[in-house]
Amino acid sequence: MLAISIILLLVGGSFTALINFSHTELDFSDILSDHYTRHVISFSFYQAGLSTLLSIALAIPLARAFSRREFMAKQFIIKLLNLTLVLPVIITVFGIVAVHGKNGWVNQFLAVFGIASEHYIYGLSGILMAHLFFNVPLATRILLQSLDAIPSESWRLASQLGLGSRHIFSTLEWPQFKQQLPTLASLIFMLCFTSFAIVMSLGGGPEYATLEVAIYQALKFDFDINQAVGLAVIQVSITLGLMVISALWLKPHPLGAPTGKYYRRPDHYSRRAKWLDMLTFAIAFALLAPPLLAIFSSGINAHSLTVLSSPALWQASGLSLQIAVISALLSLLLAIAILFTTRVLKVRMQANAIAYAIESIGAIILVVPALVLGTGLFLLLRPYVDVFAIAPWLVILVNALMALPYLLRVLSQPMQSSFAAYDKLAISLGLSRWQCWQFIDWPLLRQPIATGLGLACVLSLGDLSVIALFGSQEQQTLTLLLYRQLGSYQLEQAAVTAIFLLLLCAAIFYLFERLIGGKHDH
Amino acid sequence: MTINTPTDAPLLQLEHLAFAYGQQQMCFDLVVQRGETLAILGASGSGKSTLLNLIGGFEQPHGGDIRVDGRSITSQLPAQRPMTTLFQEHNLFNHLTVAQNIAIGLAPNMRLNREQQAAQLQAAEQVGIAALLNRLPGELSGGQRQRVAIARCLARKQPILLLDEPFSALDPALRQEMLRLIQRLNKQHGITVLMITHSPEDALQIADTIAFIEQGKVALQSKVAILQQANIPDVLKRYLGA
Repeated sequence: MLAISIILLLVGGSFTALINFSHTELDFSDILSDHYTRHVISFSFYQAGLSTLLSIALAIPLARAFSRREFMAKQFIIKLLNLTLVLPVIITVFGIVAVHGKNGWVNQFLAVFGIASEHYIYGLSGILMAHLFFNVPLATRILLQSLDAIPSESWRLASQLGLGSRHIFSTLEWPQFKQQLPTLASLIFMLCFTSFAIVMSLGGGPEYATLEVAIYQALKFDFDINQAVGLAVIQVSITLGLMVISALWLKPHPLGAPTGKYYRRPDHYSRRAKWLDMLTFAIAFALLAPPLLAIFSSGINAHSLTVLSSPALWQASGLSLQIAVISALLSLLLAIAILFTTRVLKVRMQANAIAYAIESIGAIILVVPALVLGTGLFLLLRPYVDVFAIAPWLVILVNALMALPYLLRVLSQPMQSSFAAYDKLAISLGLSRWQCWQFIDWPLLRQPIATGLGLACVLSLGDLSVIALFGSQEQQTLTLLLYRQLGSYQLEQAAVTAIFLLLLCAAIFYLFERLIGGKHDH
Repeated sequence: MTINTPTDAPLLQLEHLAFAYGQQQMCFDLVVQRGETLAILGASGSGKSTLLNLIGGFEQPHGGDIRVDGRSITSQLPAQRPMTTLFQEHNLFNHLTVAQNIAIGLAPNMRLNREQQAAQLQAAEQVGIAALLNRLPGELSGGQRQRVAIARCLARKQPILLLDEPFSALDPALRQEMLRLIQRLNKQHGITVLMITHSPEDALQIADTIAFIEQGKVALQSKVAILQQANIPDVLKRYLGA
C-alpha cells in the first residue's frame, strides 16, 4: 500500500506541479491549432503506423519460417531475438549508423562500384529501420509463441487432410495470430509512437519529431511548460485510448491440450514454402545482423585507447552505474512491496480484480512520458531544494518507475506461487514475516530477483530520456556521452563507447545472476 | 511393382515394413482384404499405434513397402493416401464449427460446391449429428466429437478407415453405439476398417479377423473366431490371461 501511495504521490505531484506552473488555463484548441503541433501529431501517427505495419508484415512470415524449419542454431537465434529487447537503444542506433550512415558499410560497398554515397539514414527511413530492428524480433517472438501453442495433433490432422501452406495459414495460424495481433500491434504502435532516443538521434530535424521529442524540445529549448503539458496530455490520452481498445479486443479461444508428441508440419515439405522461408530469413538477416556485427567489429580501432583512458568515459560510467544500481534497488523494493500486497489479495482473499488494479498502477509509466514525469518532479521540488544538485536523484526515481513494470512482470508469478504453496504451512508453523522471507521467499525468489535486478539495471544503463533534460558536461551518463559523440559525428569514439556500454550491461547482468541468483538448482 | 490387377490384389498389403522406436526393432507383414474389418490386438508398447501411424503416413518406415490395390503408397504424404485415421482425441479443430470441420475435409478453403454441400449434409445425417452442425467441438460430448470425425471420413469417401482406439475413453453404452455405427458403415459403404482395441469383446462384436501384435511383429493373423476356440495359441493365451 505504501509503495502504491508513493507512486501515485510522485506521478500526481508531478502533474499538479506541471499544471500549476502553467498559469494560464490549458487551451487545447490553441495547442491543437498550432501548425507544428499538428504536424508532430500526424508524423507520430504516420511513422508509428508504418513501423507497426512493416514490423508485423515481416514478423508473420518470419514466425512461420521459424515454426516450419528445424535447424541447428534455431534455439540460439530465438534467444538472440530476445536480446534485442534489452539492448540499449542508443547502441543500436550506433550500429545502424555504422552500417547505413554516410561512411557506413553500405556506402563503402557501393563506392567500390563507383556509385556515389547517399544520405538515406536520417529521417523517416532511419527511424523506420531502427524501429524495425527492435520490433520485428519482438513481434516474431510473440507470434512464434502463439504458433507453438497450436497443439501438435492439429498438425497431424492438417497432414491427414492435406492442408497446404495457404490453408494452414487460414485455418490454423490466422486464428492464433488474430488473437495476438491487436495487443501486439498496439504495443508496437505505442512503443514507436512514444519513441524518443531513436527519433532524436535518427530523425535529423524538427520535421521528423514525435510528440515525445516535441515535449523534450519544448522543455529543454523553449522552456514552454504549457506546450509540454499540452503535448503530454495529448500523448497520454492517445496511448490510454489504445490500451483500452486493445484490452477490449482480447478474447480467449479454444485450443486442445497437446499430448506432447511432436508431429512435423505438413507444409514443411512444400518447395514453395521452402523458398519463401529462405527469402524471409535473408531479409531478416540483412536487416538485423549488420548493425549487431558493426557494434562488435568497430569497437576496436585507433581511438580505443584514447577513449578508454579519457576521464569523461570513466566519470560517465561511474554516474551510470550509480544511477542504475540505486534505481534498480529502489524499483525492486517497490515491486516487492506491491507484490506482497497483491499476493495476499489474490491468494487469501481471492480479490483478483483489486490486485490487478494495483499492479496496473505499478505499470503507469507505460503511458506517462518519462520526460513529463521528470519535469514535474523538477518543478515540484524546485522551491525546496537546489534541483540541479539532486538531478541524478530525479533520474534515479524516474528510471526506477520505468523499470517497475518489467520487475512486476518478472516477479509476479513466482511470488504468487511461492505464497500459494506455502502460506498455510507457514501459518501453521507460526513463522514470523521475517522467517517467511528468510526460509521460503528468498530461496525461491533469488533467481527471479537477480534477473529482475539485472534487467532493471540494464534498462537504466541504456536509458536516454530524463538524463537528456538534466544532464550537463559534468553530469553525463554513458548513453548521453554516446548520444553526443554520435551527434558530433565522432563515430570511432562512439564505437568504443558503444561496445564498452554493451559489455558493462552484460557484466552487470552476469554479476547479479552469480551473486544473487545463487545455484540454479533448487 | 506387382503385376496384379487391382481386382485380385488385396486392398492393403504390408511387406517387411521396418521401423525402430527407441530400442525396439519392428517389422510388419500384413494382408487386409477389401471390405474386411480387422481388429488389432496386443499389449501396451507392442507397436500397435506405430503400425497404424506407419500405414497412415504419420511415421516414415526405414524399409519395406505399403501397397493399396497393388500400388505402392509408401512415399505418399498422409493426405494423398486413400485412408483416414481416427485418433483417440484431437480429430477436430476446436475453433471451427462442426460444419466447417467436415467441410475442410472436402475443400481446404471450406468453400463447398453444391455437390459437396450435399455430401456434407448426408454424412452428418448418417452419423446422426445433422442437428449439431453449427456447434463448436468444445460444446459436444466425446461421442459426438468422434461422430463428427467419422462424418468427415464418410464425406471424403475413402475406402480405408484406421481407428486408433477412438472409443476407449467413452462410456460402455456409448462405445457399443459407436461400434454398431462402424459396423454399419462397413456393411453399407464397404469401408475397410483396421481397428486397434484393448477389448477382445469389441473384436468379437464387429471384426472379421484379428491381428495380434507382439514385440513389433504381427505374431498371428486369423479369423476372429479363434478367440472363442478351445485351443487358443500360446501367444494369445498369455495376452488374454486365459
